Amino acid sequence: MAETTYLEAIRQALAEEMNRDPAVVLIGEDVGVYGGAFKASEGLLERFGWERVIDTPISESAIVGAAIGMSYAGLRPVAEMQFIDFIACAFNQITNFAAKSHYRWGAPVPMVLRGPCGGGVHGGPFHSANPEMYFVHTPGLKVVCPATAYDAKGLLKSAIRDNNPVLFFEHKFLYRRIKEDLPAEEYTVPIGKAAVRREGRDLTIISYAAMLHTSLEAAAELAKEGIEAEVVDLRTLLPLDRDTILASVRKTNKLLVVHEDTRTGGIAGEIAAIVTESAFEDLDGPIRRVTSLDTPVPYAPTLEEYFLPNVAKVVTVARELAHY
Amino acid sequence: MTSSLTREQHLDLYYYMRLNRELEEQMVRLFRQNKIVGGVYSSLGQEAISVGTAFALGPGDWIAPMIRNIGSLLVRGFKPRDILTQHMARYTSPTLGKDGTNHFGDLKTRHVVSPISMLGDLIPVMTGIAMAGRYLGQKIVTMTWIGDGGASTGVFHEGLNLAAVQKAPFVLVVENNQWAYSTPVERQTNLRDLADRAKAYGIRSAIVDGNDVIAVERTAREAVTYARAGNGPVLIEARTMRMRGHAQHDAAEYVPKEMIESWKRRDPLDLYEKFLGKRKLWDAKTKKEIDQRVAREIQADVEFAENSPFPPPEFAEEGVYCDGCHAIEADWKRPKEEVMPPRSSVKPEWPQNILARKAPGGKPAVKSKSAKKSGRSRVPVKARR
Repeated sequence: MAETTYLEAIRQALAEEMNRDPAVVLIGEDVGVYGGAFKASEGLLERFGWERVIDTPISESAIVGAAIGMSYAGLRPVAEMQFIDFIACAFNQITNFAAKSHYRWGAPVPMVLRGPCGGGVHGGPFHSANPEMYFVHTPGLKVVCPATAYDAKGLLKSAIRDNNPVLFFEHKFLYRRIKEDLPAEEYTVPIGKAAVRREGRDLTIISYAAMLHTSLEAAAELAKEGIEAEVVDLRTLLPLDRDTILASVRKTNKLLVVHEDTRTGGIAGEIAAIVTESAFEDLDGPIRRVTSLDTPVPYAPTLEEYFLPNVAKVVTVARELAHY
Repeated sequence: MTSSLTREQHLDLYYYMRLNRELEEQMVRLFRQNKIVGGVYSSLGQEAISVGTAFALGPGDWIAPMIRNIGSLLVRGFKPRDILTQHMARYTSPTLGKDGTNHFGDLKTRHVVSPISMLGDLIPVMTGIAMAGRYLGQKIVTMTWIGDGGASTGVFHEGLNLAAVQKAPFVLVVENNQWAYSTPVERQTNLRDLADRAKAYGIRSAIVDGNDVIAVERTAREAVTYARAGNGPVLIEARTMRMRGHAQHDAAEYVPKEMIESWKRRDPLDLYEKFLGKRKLWDAKTKKEIDQRVAREIQADVEFAENSPFPPPEFAEEGVYCDGCHAIEADWKRPKEEVMPPRSSVKPEWPQNILARKAPGGKPAVKSKSAKKSGRSRVPVKARR
């Protein structure tokens, strides 16, 4: 079977779920005739018709609001944010309407909200964001950040079948840069389960999305120096897989968290709190972080490269931690 | 004024309005006795709108009430006990104490969506239900309400515009009660008629005397019929007056006394009672029977609510997620095959008039003398869209 890109994996997941369940519909800006700004829904209008692939006005609040309404009527809408930065425009619908709906009055919102996130493509302050933590802080949502084509497909299928509002952050740097052989048969990947991507004994590197690949490259570098890093891919940020995190830290006794999100209030802080609360006795060193800077995402390549984590930064901190 | 309603329906309208009024008056008393956990947002003087508009809907239709639409909930089949236990935060309330006021709903049978406190957000949500209903072949209409204040929100625009371009079977009732908390309508909009907002979306609108339940019901029924037929959404501006403060804590001293006095003479219940008498639709005995029924029902439900427990503290942790607790199934009223590939009508529906927007032909646009002054060109309005 031919190798499938991360982007094509997403398209496959959408098509398969729409084919499986007529309750699945797509809604968003330019998702139909144009097939989405990144072509994630290319060909779906032709295949499923205009009733199921709905182009909307430029109205993020209305897109999410309409998706919530469709959910109440028993559909499983997948709403697209053209760039995930624009999710801020729909913040109220997501955090006050969708997230609290089941808790307040028992009304589930089986909606997926997906879109391209992340930097490294010189998109500047409004086309590069990683806004996941606004939503990880919101009970009632699920937040998924796949790092591989296999996961992008399997997790999106799970997200569509989930009875809760799922925010699905697709890292745009990965869209066409990574590819792999996907199984011919149908599969899903469960939400809420992390994966150990590389076994090691000297320290644990926890990461997700594009930074997983940076972390794996760093681990390969470290191995040349005899440092064996275990690399954990979170895959889902909410709910967080505490068991996999704690098991790995108990094995390696050292923890480095790497994320592309900015530093303050990033998931690394929450993971550090979980580990110190539940595995303090197992730690042989301080919990370290490699993250983006606490600034907006800058535009110029020199600035953005300085802003983002990279292999060298991860290797430096991991080496310090290994020798601590 | 004419009305096509039966005598029974006329009396039902009175029953719901009276129940709406007396229930809220009872809630004000409970508030003063410190038995209400949060606030009481009175709809005194606005009962004809809540009751008359909801009355125009069919059983399969959907509503989402706003804070002053207790009357709509009653028409939809909720009981005083539901509203009382909500306000008193009891474990027997529709939200089991998780939320208060009329922040509750029922997806399965009454088709009521719970509001949130942020204004305007219900408009795209009810548009989404209307779109889903059409997709599922249900022939339903959805309805929600908003005030003169809520009509200033951004999502009001986004939602109504989406409803318009989608031709969604949706009715929006704008209750112009003159005040958004302490801010008069003149500080919300430069428009004289809030109904004019409909022009911005190219949709139909109507203005109705919100204190005349017969006019409200008839206008709403026409709007619902129009929307159900696939003509697109309708905005109804219902003019009325908020006769109390924003909530029970607010003495509303910013409202001129003469204003309150003048609207008191147009009390919707007084007006309707006169109408029923004039039309010989009831007599003193019938009125007494209905009033006694209302009092009895409220009394029984107050007792029920007062005797209900608060939720157990650890219940706070439950229900954040729905994992298998609800079966989610759409109510298909058309064959699913129609929306599954391979299908015959897969071509995208493209607006019919798209070619009408080609560049205007003939000579390039020139400025006339008067246009030069104003800076406007003579390009026809149509072509400038």
